[in-house]
Formats: sequence, structure tokens, C-alpha cells
Amino acid sequence: MATDLAPPPVKAARVDRRKPSRGRALWRYRWLYLLLIPGLAYFLVFKYVPMRGLQIAFQDFVPFLGYNGSQWVGFKHFEDLFTGPDFGRLMYNTLVLALLNIVFVFPAPIIVALMLNELRINILKRSVQSLIYIPHFLSWTIVASLTYILFSVDYGVLAGWIHEIVGGQKIDYVAQPEWFRPIIILQTLWKTTGWTTIIYLAALAGVNHELYEAARMDGAGRWRQLWHVTLPAIRPTIVVMAILMSGNLLDMSFEQIWLMTNNLNRATADVFDTFTYYVGINQGAFSYATAVGLFKGVAGVLLIFGSNWLAKRLGQRGLF
Amino acid sequence: MSVNQYRSVGSRIFDAINIAALVGLGLITLLPLLYVLAGSFASESEISSRTFFLWPEKFVTSTYEYIFATDVFIRALLTTIVVTLVGTVIQLALTLTMAYPLAKRYLPGRALVLNLVIFTVVFSGGIIPTYLVVRDLGLLNSYWALILPLAINPFYLIIVKSFFQELPEALEEAARIDGCTEMGVFWKIVLPLSKPIIATFSLFYAVGIWNDYMSPLLYIDDSSKWTLQVLVRQLTGADAQNALSAMETVFFPTQGLKFAVVVIATLPILCFYPFLQKHFVKGVLIGSVKE
Repeated sequence: MATDLAPPPVKAARVDRRKPSRGRALWRYRWLYLLLIPGLAYFLVFKYVPMRGLQIAFQDFVPFLGYNGSQWVGFKHFEDLFTGPDFGRLMYNTLVLALLNIVFVFPAPIIVALMLNELRINILKRSVQSLIYIPHFLSWTIVASLTYILFSVDYGVLAGWIHEIVGGQKIDYVAQPEWFRPIIILQTLWKTTGWTTIIYLAALAGVNHELYEAARMDGAGRWRQLWHVTLPAIRPTIVVMAILMSGNLLDMSFEQIWLMTNNLNRATADVFDTFTYYVGINQGAFSYATAVGLFKGVAGVLLIFGSNWLAKRLGQRGLF
Repeated sequence: MSVNQYRSVGSRIFDAINIAALVGLGLITLLPLLYVLAGSFASESEISSRTFFLWPEKFVTSTYEYIFATDVFIRALLTTIVVTLVGTVIQLALTLTMAYPLAKRYLPGRALVLNLVIFTVVFSGGIIPTYLVVRDLGLLNSYWALILPLAINPFYLIIVKSFFQELPEALEEAARIDGCTEMGVFWKIVLPLSKPIIATFSLFYAVGIWNDYMSPLLYIDDSSKWTLQVLVRQLTGADAQNALSAMETVFFPTQGLKFAVVVIATLPILCFYPFLQKHFVKGVLIGSVKE
């Protein structure tokens, strides 16, 4: 029945009555398949061939010997990972950052969107929006550089101000393990908060105005309108964003973390992705690094399906 | 009645605080950028003594003169521009050509390909296996490594596909009856109708390549092939001194250089910002609508 929609073949009207065989469909839609080939080739070469390459997590991969020549070692690298000193640290760092993200980063755009929504001076509203969207377009390299410049122990203007106010010893923020997480969260807030408000503002724009009228008739002030009309109206959006976030809980931004990591703060900075890069590319331990990456990938899949399942259990529409 | 609620004292205090807080947020965004701009025109001594904030006492352009007289910068800037332009064209071409057949519900095999695409969003080979594929293809230290591994963004592909599905089938039918091949329909009917979405996604892709740091980090060792982002990193990171000596160049305005290179890497983005904002907001909103 889907074939009803098919474009009428230019010449082969007679063929149409029969059920088209595979070869015939291939010929009939040859131009469409031709258009499909380059994109499909991309996905096969750069997405599916690497998946085959995951086998090296179970080998002692030596590039010279290749995938077939390298020796199979079963779960050795995973045992090393789980029993070694790295795993606990990586897991802890990742989970703490994820938790901080949930507590600080997730609510921020909701609050800012609600604030913007209460702002009735249109030109001011639009100016503020234009400003706070900017960081979304700046690279993590720029954000990291701004951080290094502002917090530099020698000439950083922010570090200087903090020192003048708080006093005490000068602190080299970017080199201190205990300052790594606050800096990362501040960066994420600065870069993403404004942009994410767009989604909530779109939801807020869709709220039925009659609801506010009715609430006012019933004597509700602005706070009560916010609480009883606005928030319930954007709850579905908040839930979808929460599902998306929990599905990506382990996905710290590689670039962000890598750019703020140095030899001094590695204890709190290392997460799975950056550790994979460090061990694999810098130290050449391809197999071990791939095992770390594979563990993270599988955990990520479980999280996505888990959060989706949970959303459905809670009576929300899942993502798939 | 509807205006009254804003007149109470509590309401006015709330509005005042709200406005102050939002203006504050705007300033928090803006001030670091203005500070870096000011710093790029300040002298070394002013930077290290922190006597300026948004206005250096004495404007110095020597940092920029130095930058634009140095091969390393010019090369990085040109490299980034060329890679961004070529990359955007390739990414767009691949995305559009793949999205079109996938928009045809009657195409046998369509569901399979779509599922293959969506699966890559959920699970991927990861950093090391992808690196090995790029290496096996001989793309290490090649500019192609900055383009090809990221050639199609699956999210953009799905959005473009949904857009194509919304186009009126009747127009395509008419063209086919007039003897247009499927290629002709795509080229002469579908693409001209898709100008807005093409504009949006060219910007998405261009910003993505311009800002990309991970690909050059993974695939480019040769310092003569550095992109702007790598240069920014090398000059401002914690190990900036090593990088300077690696370039076999002695930079004299060391601190000012950090400010200036950040300005240069940011400026193109800010110049395009009005377009970016318009198209990106649209893109986000299309993207958030479920298929």
C-alpha cells in the first residue's frame, strides 16, 4: 500500500500491476539509490567500520599485526580496568560532574526563561536574549582561553578581584584539583544557559492566555500564576529535557574537559572520554583505551534506554 | 484589570529585581569578551599590572601588527577558512543527497537505512576505533580528517529529511510528468524550495567546523597544519611556553598575544552572529518538534 504513493514510472506502466521484485525496485528507484550511496558510504566507513574495530578491546592490538594478526585476550583489559586504580576515580569524577550538572546546570535555563517571560519591556528582553545566546557559538577553546586569561594567577583580572576581596594566598585556580569542578560548572553555565532558554521560551509562548485570565479572576497573584499555570504548562518540556539529559549523563563534553585538564588537576579532571584519549593516543595503549571507551558506550546505551523506560513508567511520552 | 496586577509594591520590587538580574546576566556574558578585546590593545605592562579593565590607558596595535606579519597566524587563519568552506559544502551535499531518498516513504530499504543512522546516535565505535580507521585511510595529518569523519550529523540529516517530507508531492509529480528524472526533480524542484533550510544547516555545519578542536587534536600532529582553534589553545593553555618554542618562533608580546588570538578566533563568529542567531533559533525549534 505504500507503493500507491510511488511516482508513476515513466514507461513501465504495465509492470506496475505485478508485485515489483527486488531487482525491479532497484532499477525503478535507481536515481534515489544513487543519491543515497555517498551518505550511506559515510555511515559505513566512519561509523560501522569503527564498531568492527571495537574487537581490539578483546585483543592485545598491535597496529603492525592488524586486526587479524593481533592476539585475542578475552576480557583481560576489562579486568584490568575494573580492578585497577583508574576505574573508581573515573567513575567518581564522572558521577560528581553529572550530579553537579543536574543540580546547577539543568534548572538554570528554566529559571532564566521564566525571568525573561516575566520581563515586559520588549526591547530589553530581546537585547538580553541576544547577549546570552552568544556563548553558544563560541568554541570550547575560546571558553577555555577566556577562563585561563580571567583566572590566571599572574594577570587574571577575576583572580585578582577575588584576591582583593577575600585576601589570603593567591590561588592558581586552573591548576588546583579542588577548583576543577567549580570552573567546569561555571563554564557550562556561561556557555549553555542562555541558549537552552530558547526551548523553554518556546514552550512558554505556547501557554494558553485564557488560563492566566481565569487564574486572575480567581484572585491569583503573579507568584500563584507562575506556580499553578506557567510551571504545569511547561512541565512536559522539562520532562523531555530531563530524559535527554539523563540519557547523556556520562557524556561530558570531551573538548571542555580536555582543555581544562593539566598534569596538576588530573586527579579530579579525568573522565572516561579524556582518559580514553590520554591512554590510547598519547600512550599508545589502543586496546585498553578501547575497552574503557566500550564500557562507557555500553553504559551510555543502558542509560538512554533506562531513562526512556522510566519516562514511560511515569506516564510521559518517551523519546522512542 | 489585567494591568493592575503589575502595580502592587511587591510586583514592582519583583520587576526591579528581575530586570537587574537579567541585565546582570547580559553583562556577565558580554564583559569577558570586551575585556579580552581591550586586552588585545593593551601593552604588556598594563596587562601584567592589571591597571585596565575595559579601556587600556594607551592603545597599542603592535600585537596585531606582529600577528599579521607572522606566517603561523596567517596560515592557521587561511587553513581554517578553507577547511570550513570546503567542509561545509561537502557536509551539506552529503546531508541533502542522503536526506532526499530517505524522505520517500515508498522507497524499499528506507527503514533499514534510517535505523542504521539512528543507531549511530545511540552507540558508536568511540574515539580509538575511529582514530584507527582514519589512520588506516591515510588521513592522519590531512585536512580531510577534519571534514570526512564528521561529514554527516545524524540529527541534521533527520531534520532535513522531515523537511523534505513536508514538501508538496504534487510539484514533484508535475515535474516527473514533464519528463524530469529523479535527479532533475531533486536539483530543479526540491533544492530551490529548500533554500531556508540549506541556509540554516550551512551555518550549523560551518560553525561546527570552525569551532572544532577535537578533530585537529586527534588527527593533526604537524604544526604547519594547525587550525585557528589549535593555535588559540597552544598560545593560551597551561603549557603555552612549550608550544611557543615548538613553533621555533620567539613571540615577544606573550600575554597580549593570548588576548589577540582569542579576539581573532571569535570575531568571525560575532560578525555572522545576527544571521547565526536567526537561523539557529529556527533550527533549534524545528529540531525540537518531534517527527
